[in-house]
Amino acid sequence: MAEDEPGLHGEGQVATAGGAAAVNAPDSQPGLGRSWWSLAYLLPALFLLAVVVLYPILYTIVRSLFDANGDSFVGLENYGDMFTDPATLISIRNNAIWVVVAPIVVTTLGLIFAVLTERIRWASVFKLLVFMPMAISFVAAGIIFRLVYQADPDQGVANALVVSVHDIFADSSAYPGAGPREEAELSSVDGGFESTATYGVGDSVALGLVGFAPGDVSPDAVPASEPAAGDALQGVVWLDFAVGGGGEEGSIDNDELGLPGVVVQAVQDGTVAASTETGADGAFVFEGLADGDYTLALPRDNFREPFNGLDWLGPALITPAIIGSYVWIWAGFAMVLIAAGLAAIPRDALEAARVDGATETQVFRRVTMPLLAPVLVVVLVTLVINVLKVFDLVYIIAPGSVQDDASVLALQMYRVSFGGADDQGLGSSLSVLLFLLVLPAMAFNIRRFRREQS
Amino acid sequence: MTTTMERPSVPQEELARQALGAPRRGVASRIASRTGGGFIQVFLVLIAIFWTVPAIGLFVSSLVGAQDSGSGWWTFLLEPAQLSLDNYSNLLSNDDLVGSFLNTVLITVPSTLGVVLVGSLAAYAFAWMQFWGRDWIFLIVIGLLVVPVQVGLIPVAELYGQLGIFGSIPGVVIFHIAFGLPFAIFLLRNFFAGIPRDLLEAARMDGASEWTIFRRVVLPLGLPAIASLAIFQFLWVWNDFLIALVFAGRDVQPLTVFLQSQTRQFGESIDVLAPGAFLSLIVPLIVFFSFQRYFVQGTLAGSVK
Repeated sequence: MAEDEPGLHGEGQVATAGGAAAVNAPDSQPGLGRSWWSLAYLLPALFLLAVVVLYPILYTIVRSLFDANGDSFVGLENYGDMFTDPATLISIRNNAIWVVVAPIVVTTLGLIFAVLTERIRWASVFKLLVFMPMAISFVAAGIIFRLVYQADPDQGVANALVVSVHDIFADSSAYPGAGPREEAELSSVDGGFESTATYGVGDSVALGLVGFAPGDVSPDAVPASEPAAGDALQGVVWLDFAVGGGGEEGSIDNDELGLPGVVVQAVQDGTVAASTETGADGAFVFEGLADGDYTLALPRDNFREPFNGLDWLGPALITPAIIGSYVWIWAGFAMVLIAAGLAAIPRDALEAARVDGATETQVFRRVTMPLLAPVLVVVLVTLVINVLKVFDLVYIIAPGSVQDDASVLALQMYRVSFGGADDQGLGSSLSVLLFLLVLPAMAFNIRRFRREQS
Repeated sequence: MTTTMERPSVPQEELARQALGAPRRGVASRIASRTGGGFIQVFLVLIAIFWTVPAIGLFVSSLVGAQDSGSGWWTFLLEPAQLSLDNYSNLLSNDDLVGSFLNTVLITVPSTLGVVLVGSLAAYAFAWMQFWGRDWIFLIVIGLLVVPVQVGLIPVAELYGQLGIFGSIPGVVIFHIAFGLPFAIFLLRNFFAGIPRDLLEAARMDGASEWTIFRRVVLPLGLPAIASLAIFQFLWVWNDFLIALVFAGRDVQPLTVFLQSQTRQFGESIDVLAPGAFLSLIVPLIVFFSFQRYFVQGTLAGSVK
């Protein structure tokens, strides 16, 4: 390092010292700079820390014992309010969820990424991509995730993904919301429909449906025709609605479309005896049905409303959704720290274990993990402190109407003190609570530092 | 990990290099050689896509005109023609946005310089000067690392009110410097302390004053740590929202506060929000990509903040 530094040796240093150096010479050994000198170096920092950080800690504690305006002493009343106020209780609950879930998820992902990237050639690209969100603001990240979580699957990529995965496993229904006319011979059963009459082999049945636009019918559909008589149980399912009006309700008029792909079941004594699907003209036939009386059922899968994804920004999912965006931001941090920890593990220890016949799982659990534990603790503690103070993400991502449901302590503190209520007594007591919550981390830091010094 | 805080330059750079790259054979490679590396490759590709898509979504949305926003941004793959820079040219004529961008610069630059200056002076004193209570005061500084800014909001707001700087840029800057100092002193002091004693001794033998030693020996040698600190502080202040929200008046609000004010009508404001957010994050990203190494070093040294 020193060798690389141009201008380090030689002319520079002597220039300004002059006579003072001679006077200082006896006590100017390194590490023994004189007290009054050091004061000049320290003063700006100590002054700022004292006025803007230390004094506020004390003042906040005092202020929390006074009322909203700071006029009269109220003792611990603000703390009493804090733990009975439903809004604060919700934010404490949410903070608890955050503190438990977010650090563990982030650290686990970071560990997985760090371990797996040891294997791949493009590790640096991967790490760069995952680490990148660390550089951007919570506000920008919040806007990014407001977009991701848009409710409309044509807008928000989260719902677009959820809907397409859902539709792989469950066909979207062909005729959401369709149903019979009131006077028709179908009655509503469990989301689907069942004929009120019974039919036998040789009967022909026409089932008319309405309730959705002809334009939504599959382009394969052709106009329906009266079901031909036959020696099976057969019929037709058609759209009992003609474009441009006209046509008679309950009868198959010209150009009224058959409804392809409708599942029709023949039900006897409550069990499905046969099931078939309508063709392009809406016709269906039950071949080989035994004699007897059957009711015809159109099960509910025909009419299910299309799945439109999850309400990410609604009251129920808002906290997990915001935690998701937090994970997106911080996983890179955990990954980089853990990767550095892995890199510092001596190869010898791993090789020795392998030579002794340990399996890879054993090596990981018995050698790697214990050696990595200090790093994992540092990552977890850092994340816990950070999560306790989370504010921006919640404020940006949660729409106004669900801020109450999404609130966390830091947000509650802002809302109470500055966001309209202007109760700085209660706000101060919330600050004190936050401060108390980070105290263990403070002790952890100091202990860690002292251990490293000794 | 624990060693990285103590030793300056070389080991940290080495760790940083390994942390952000340099594949090595390890546990995973053994697992992979049994299960076939293909699975890991595919998994990580999926993760990489998963991590990139949200940001791409913002970027593409920022290029799509309002009239086209009826369909998902990913349809640009089918019709790239719908992309245009109109939103960005509109931004330039949006005085509020341009003003808030300038405010962000006006807040960020002095806050960064201030922390570097005040922090390095103090760090030098803690590392190489002898004074009463040095170790205890330094422990207090370490303790202050984790103090939530929330604690400072109400008292400092009152203080600023009395001083008449509430709502002004200097108020915001002073708050940023003060809350940046514990990290700055912690990071720099550890680095400075690792400078070989001989170098300082030699300089003192040559008759150099403390100031000369600080300026000609410690600062140049401490440059990697100072760079890390400057980048961190820059990003921290550039990205700050809460402090500006409380202490910056409407006329001096930075970009983050301006953007937040637009999120109330999220759907309608997307023409401003998406390009504005992109503008707000492109600067940190440029800084990040240009100085990755320092950024990672700072992350390694300064965790537990």
